[in-house]
Amino acid sequence: MDTEQQKQQYASDARPVLEAPDIARVLTRIAHEIVERAKGAEDVVLLGIPTRGVHLAQRLAVKLQEITDRRIPVGSLDITMYRDDLRMHPPRALARTDIPSDGIDGRLVVLVDDVLFSGRTIRAALDALNDIGRPRAVQLAVLVDRGHRELPIRADYVGKNLPTSLRETVKVQLAEEDGRDTVLLGVKQTSQGGQP
Amino acid sequence: MQRHLISAADLTRDDAVLILDTAEEMARVADRPIKKLPTLRGRTVVNLFFEDSTRTRISFEAAEKRLSADVINFTAKGSSVSKGESLKDTAQTLEAMGVDAVVIRHGASGAPYRLATSGWIDAAVINAGDGTHQHPTQALLDAFTMRRRLVGRDEGLGQDLSGRRITLVGDILHSRVARSNVDLLHTLGAEVTLVAPPTLVPVGVESWPCEVSYDLDRTLSKSDAVMLLRVQRERMNAAFFPTEREYSRRYGLDGDRMAKMPEHAIVMHPGPMVRGMEITAEVADSERCTAIEQVTNGVSIRMAVLYLLLGGNEPAATHTRTEEK
Repeated sequence: MDTEQQKQQYASDARPVLEAPDIARVLTRIAHEIVERAKGAEDVVLLGIPTRGVHLAQRLAVKLQEITDRRIPVGSLDITMYRDDLRMHPPRALARTDIPSDGIDGRLVVLVDDVLFSGRTIRAALDALNDIGRPRAVQLAVLVDRGHRELPIRADYVGKNLPTSLRETVKVQLAEEDGRDTVLLGVKQTSQGGQP
Repeated sequence: MQRHLISAADLTRDDAVLILDTAEEMARVADRPIKKLPTLRGRTVVNLFFEDSTRTRISFEAAEKRLSADVINFTAKGSSVSKGESLKDTAQTLEAMGVDAVVIRHGASGAPYRLATSGWIDAAVINAGDGTHQHPTQALLDAFTMRRRLVGRDEGLGQDLSGRRITLVGDILHSRVARSNVDLLHTLGAEVTLVAPPTLVPVGVESWPCEVSYDLDRTLSKSDAVMLLRVQRERMNAAFFPTEREYSRRYGLDGDRMAKMPEHAIVMHPGPMVRGMEITAEVADSERCTAIEQVTNGVSIRMAVLYLLLGGNEPAATHTRTEEK
């Protein structure tokens, strides 16, 4: 969570690259792509990565239900305990891990997150999945891919490819969490960038 | 949160709620087929037990192992301590071995505080019970059990225990569990009443943030939880009450007394239970007695404390989450 001051900085310096209608449109497109690739999304389980990935996963589930007329199980996967940089920051509060009651064994798990950057979050998520069950396959859906990967990981479904410099920040705001839907591209403040 | 966990009185309301919420997530790990997290991989934790304790030690050990820490168990019996080594020497030995945390149980009140503040050792210190002083993780697991039963598992997240009425019965004088519980429950907004024979009420209890009563029957009907304390025979160096039978008659919880408690109220016991004296078998085995649940919850609480003290580079746990991808 950002401080009020940081929010104002985002508001003044940052430039929106996706607005609410764009976000709705790319999520619809991703939902159709999932149905196409999974041939009907019969065994799909959506797992959002807190905080904003969970909201995106829930929105995707609604869209998938509209397309397939089937209820798609959706859950959340907190990866905090699996991060490889735990010892570089103060310990953080844990978010919710909520696996649908049927589990993930033999299912196609689609991990959902807002921004794909270094790839370390997704590595941690793959480790976490390992401890929870054995999916048939794991795919990755992200709203924004900003590049700068540090690990050999790529997304299967990308809302928008956003080539950025490391001096820039990408901030996703969603109505459920922040009161509005937008993706903001800003310039890193020297002392408080927050990105690795 | 501070670097060490020495006393339940050191915790703010926000610290305590953060620990309880973290423990709730840790409890979910226990429901999974693989009950292990890689969080403390490469960290070394020493369980330094100068006083006998099986359940607290194995509870800490289970918590440490579930977080993938390397665990060293040290019991004073048969160690250099019985040859006359001092706490300082033991601490310096552990420091030289590069341990990251020390879980200490000691017969002397204040030993963990001494270890944490004397500069002998750099590790985080967690008090697992010192003399008649404090046992903070026990108080946390009791509060966790109360919150789960009285507020609810999911509804309880982020909540404290404000307005709940908790009664602690028995040997308050010798009980570090009672002291820790009074401190923590007060911080969490609960109203605490101590019930004990006058001889087992400590001097200076007036300054504690709680009520004192000598009549169990009168307090039962207004209690959301009744916690029975073990009568600690090993610390009884004088005649504090005439006979066990009389104690049992006035302060023991049997089926008739339990019937006077409100419908939703629970019976708690930190264990080990002395059946027939503080609690009858009928009560101990009833649905309302949470003694076994408390043991399970103890592992979750200790995992939460270890994670919050050792999981990061500095033990200042906060509610903030920075988004890093």
